[in-house]
Amino acid sequence: MEKTLTCEVQSLSGENLELCYHCHKCTAGCPVVNSMVYGPDRILRMITLEQQDEILRSRDIWLCAGCYTCATYCPNDIDISAVMDALRQIAVARGLPAGERDALLFHRLFLGVVQRLGRSHEAAMLGLFKLLSRVPIYKDMDSGARLFLRGKVPILPESTRSAADVQQIFKRSH
Amino acid sequence: MEYSYYPGCSAHSTGLEFSLSTEATFRHLGLTLKELPDWNCCGATSAHSLSHTLSLALPARNLGLAQEAKRDLVIPCAACYNRMRTADHAMRRDEKVRREIEAAADMTYTGEVAIRPLLAVVAEDVGLPAVQRNVVRPLSGLKLVAYYGCLLVRPPAVVQFDNPDDPQVMPAIVRALGAEVLPWSHATDCCGGGVSLTRADIVATLVGKLADRAREAGAHAFVAACTLCQMNLEMRQQGKDKLPSFYFTELMGLAFGLPDAQKWWTKHLIDPRPLLRSLGLVGSPARTVAVA
Repeated sequence: MEKTLTCEVQSLSGENLELCYHCHKCTAGCPVVNSMVYGPDRILRMITLEQQDEILRSRDIWLCAGCYTCATYCPNDIDISAVMDALRQIAVARGLPAGERDALLFHRLFLGVVQRLGRSHEAAMLGLFKLLSRVPIYKDMDSGARLFLRGKVPILPESTRSAADVQQIFKRSH
Repeated sequence: MEYSYYPGCSAHSTGLEFSLSTEATFRHLGLTLKELPDWNCCGATSAHSLSHTLSLALPARNLGLAQEAKRDLVIPCAACYNRMRTADHAMRRDEKVRREIEAAADMTYTGEVAIRPLLAVVAEDVGLPAVQRNVVRPLSGLKLVAYYGCLLVRPPAVVQFDNPDDPQVMPAIVRALGAEVLPWSHATDCCGGGVSLTRADIVATLVGKLADRAREAGAHAFVAACTLCQMNLEMRQQGKDKLPSFYFTELMGLAFGLPDAQKWWTKHLIDPRPLLRSLGLVGSPARTVAVA
């Protein structure tokens, strides 16, 4: 039998979705719910209803800011942030296009840099993001320039011996 | 007192003045921060968005380094602190997860490292009376709201620090420096964190609300303890009349009369010097206060 989304989310997140009695506290406290299509409460219900496509292709799972407000106020202690993480991980594993294309691009570029250098490197990451994202190229150019002038965007990455170890961690984590 | 120090990737970039002021202030207080050798990125939001194992294994490698050093691990960055605590919590409560992460990160978890945010070290190890004794230039007249954001206090069971609704540690420290900390209800509201680059519109709305509420409370500025919050507060406020934001360590350095402080203000995207000058907190020589 094909694995259900409910099953997959529960095993990845370690959370029991059946505990939700839909009090809507998560949605009421969510800072980004205005930009979502469904909001966290409906997402939880849609998982148990196996509405896989709607959820996994939605922008909601990529807009979640990971602020843990929902997880903190859930009366049944469901870590909804962990559920959102699980949904993103499943969407990526299935090769689905992200509902917020730039969000996935950002995460991939960030981790790509960390995988190679062991640490993040803003100049490399921001440059690639500017080139590849749909955010207009002129956006944030002034802030970027002001950060650079304040010595906050070093051109050269730090050299650290962690890079080799981190590459191994990436290999073993997939 | 010696600590293991995990500066995090932003320490030498967007959070430059946070690390500079942290290091200067700790030196002044006689506390030694020993940087973990060859530390790696904690993976931040991106790792836990894309891979569960990676999001725990990246911090776990650093925990392994800290175990070898056998000192408390001090972390200024709220996001790094959160990820380290999350990895520690996951390995502590579930043996299967622990074995999986140990294998991925090539380490053996002992659970013996205390992972602590900078604020906790100042409040608990230094203590408010000692903070107060070091003040040579009280921050009189400076009205602030303390802004924590999310990751230092949530989820409470994992991070185990301060009060997630009405946190008290940072306000107490800043009051000890002589500043006035105003009550407000938004200390742990989210600034939009990681969507700053991809959805600047959302972050601008959230940060705009924070600035409005801070002004309503009567604040001149924010005091923050998170690099990502500080970036968003400075970069995403709109309009001409922007509220400056300080790291709490910068205010400690200022109140302690550290000469380095003047180098920090120029790193800000919202220049706090006009505010500090208007209150007589920069420019003239430090007033000396009798030590109690």
